[in-house]
This record gives sequence, C-alpha cells and structure tokens, in this order.
Amino acid sequence: MSVFAIVTSAAAAAAEEAQVHAAEASSAGLPQLDPAWWPSQLFWLVITFGALYAFLSTKALPAIAGAIEERRDRIADDLDQAGDFKRQAEDAENTYNQALADAKAKAQGIAADTRAEMDDEIAKLQAETDAQLGKQVAAAEAHIGEMKTAAATKVGEAAAETARAVVETLIDEAPTEEAASRAVASAAAGLKG
Amino acid sequence: MYGFRAAGPMEQFEILPIVDLHLGSINISLTNSALWMLIGTGAIIVFFFAATRRAALIPGRLQSVAEVFYEFVSDLVRDTIGPEGRKFFPYVFTLFVWILVSNLFGLFPTFPGAPHALHTFTPTSHLIVTLALAMLTISIVIVYGFYKNGLGFFKLFAPSGLPLWLMPLLILIEVISFLSRPLSLAIRLFANMFAGHVILKLFAGFVVSLLSAGGAVMLFGIAPFFGAVAVTALEFLVAALQAYVFAVLTCIYLNDAVHAADH
Repeated sequence: MSVFAIVTSAAAAAAEEAQVHAAEASSAGLPQLDPAWWPSQLFWLVITFGALYAFLSTKALPAIAGAIEERRDRIADDLDQAGDFKRQAEDAENTYNQALADAKAKAQGIAADTRAEMDDEIAKLQAETDAQLGKQVAAAEAHIGEMKTAAATKVGEAAAETARAVVETLIDEAPTEEAASRAVASAAAGLKG
Repeated sequence: MYGFRAAGPMEQFEILPIVDLHLGSINISLTNSALWMLIGTGAIIVFFFAATRRAALIPGRLQSVAEVFYEFVSDLVRDTIGPEGRKFFPYVFTLFVWILVSNLFGLFPTFPGAPHALHTFTPTSHLIVTLALAMLTISIVIVYGFYKNGLGFFKLFAPSGLPLWLMPLLILIEVISFLSRPLSLAIRLFANMFAGHVILKLFAGFVVSLLSAGGAVMLFGIAPFFGAVAVTALEFLVAALQAYVFAVLTCIYLNDAVHAADH
C-alpha cells in the first residue's frame, strides 16, 4: 500500500487523487476485520452453500453417478456379450474343424476301400485272363503236338511209298506196303538210334 | 490530466450493502459479497442442471465436463479416505465447486462504469467465510470422529508404537497441530485470495497512476500492464489450486475421523 501511495503521490496533481486518498484514509483497516459484516456473510454463506449442497447431493450428483454407472454397466454387458459371441464363434470353429476332420477321415477310408476293391478286381481279372490264356496255350500246344504226329506219319508213309517206288524201279518188283513201312521204320529207328 | 482514477488496493474488499435486511437485531443485508455468493452458486446450479437434464449414455459437452468434475472429486475422495469416504463425497464436491467458482468469478474484470457495489467480488477473500468453511469441515471431523470411533478418536493424538516417555510431548504436538488445522485451512485460502487481489490491484494501480502522470512517463505503464496480465493468469491457477487444496485437506482430515482408531 505504501508503494502505491508513493507512486500515486508522485503522480498526483489533481483533486481526484486527493479524494481517493481521503476515501482510503476514512476506511482505515482491513474490511475483512470489520465484525459488522460478519453475520451477513455467514448468513449468505449458509444459504448459498446449503442450497448448493442440497441441490448437488440430491439431484446433480446422483444423476451423474447414474449416467456413469449405466455406461459402465452397458460397457460391461457389451464386453460380456462380445465374450459370448467369441465363445460361440470358437465353438462353431471347433465344430467345423471336427466335421472337416471327420469328412477327411471318411474320404480317406472310402479312397482306401475303393483302392483295395479295385486291386482285388484287377487281380481277379488278371487271374482269369491268365487262366484263359493258359488254356488257349495248352490247346494250341496239343494241336501242334497232333500236327507233329500227323506230319511224322505222313513223312513215314511218303518214305515208304518212295521206298517202294525206288525198289520197283531197281528190281522191278514192288514190295508190299507193309514191308516197305517196316523197312522205313527200322531205317528211321536206325537213324534215330 | 486524463480523468483516470485508481482505487486503493483495499477498496475491492469493502463490503457494501445492496439491500438492507435485518433478522431481529442481526444485520443480514444482501451485500456485494452475498451477491457474488448467489451468482456463483446460481451459476453452478444452472450448469449442473443443464448438464444432467438429459443424462445420456453418450455424454454431451456439458455432461462430459460435469462428469470430469465428478470423477475428479470422486477419485480424490476414494484415494484419500477409501470406500468409507463415499458419504462425504457430496460435501467435498460442494466445497470444491463452491470455493472454485467463488475464487474464479472474483477474477473477472468488472464491467466498466458499474457502481462499486456491483464490482466483481471474491467471497473467499474474506477470512470469516473461509473460517466458517474450515470450522464446518473440522466440526464434521470431530462429530463423525466421535460417532464412528467413540473415545477411540483420541488415538488420533497418540500414534501407536512410540516409546512411553515420548508420549506426553507427542500428544501435546498432535493436539496443537489438530487445533491449528481450522486456522491454517481458513487462512491459507483467505490469504491466497487476498494477496492475489492486492497484487493484481497494485499492478493495475501502477498502470493508472503512470497514465495519469501524462507525457513520456505514460510509456512506463506498459511494464505493470504486462505484470497485471501475468498475475491474472497466475491468479486463475491459484484460484483452482486453492479450491483443490481445500478439498484435499478436507479429505485428509475426514480420513483421520474415519480411521482414527486404526492409528
């Protein structure tokens, strides 16, 4: 205040300034320490503070608390729900994976069965074909054997005839067919032997 | 002369009656202090009424601000007192917003030319007001302390686990410290508001005085002008801080009342 007084007095030249100083001098002391105004301040403090407390504690604060609580509940609910959905999704995924694994296993089983069946069939067909071929080969061999024997007989007959013809030419006497065959047979035996 | 007139730094604290009221022999006049208590309280009520009128799941702007205040004080009470502090929450909240608004509204500049009784006024710059609030807090502490702990409340003055020969000295110190609480609580807030406004007025007074000196001296008015701007910013911080400090200390003292027997 004294600093202020120095500055103002340095600057003061007008009557207005003097008036200010006069006013200051008249209200000596701090206004805070004047007990005359204490009851009024306390009275209005009680009124305003009491009214504010009544309003805040019964209306505003419960309303705010309600809004915050509701939001917290809602968020918790939403999180719970999200958790449920996640669990459901996981269940569905597990079921799907299970079904997939089952289907795979089944498909592999079917493939294996089919392969085995086909192998059997092929083996059967092969066996059948082998048997048939064997039969045909045997028949052909028998036929060849027959033809060989027939050919050999024909060769013997031809030899005997040739021998008869040769002997007839040589001695003008034809041996009997029997003798000729015998002679050829013994000659053939001799050749063979 | 330029016709400027600077008021003294104490003039801003003068109580001026607006409407004379008497209750018996007691003067309960509506004064400038009462007017600003009413304006502050009215503003708080209007704000919270508007903010909670349609309490929505997704809060609007006002509701967000109200919820920030709510959570701030709610966290303060819970962290300091614990779950049992819930019942004191409305009191601490009322205290915090009432002091905050009272501190802040006094910082707004007066409408130029307004009569003195309508100048902005800080009710908390009067010791009797802050002392009443402090005594209210301490009264709640004492009443609830005895209600909750019975005679166990006296354990507050005798911390356990101390050698017996130290007890008398410590009890004396604790009692003095307890008795000084309402005073320190009241004076801290009052003195901060009082000193802030005095400094603000001094800077502003310098500006007016230098301007009224005329001539080149007027240029020196720039320095205290920026000083006043800076102090105004500081005072907004102090206003919020002191409301917070009052609320925190109230919580700490209430915590003593709730947990006195645990000492």
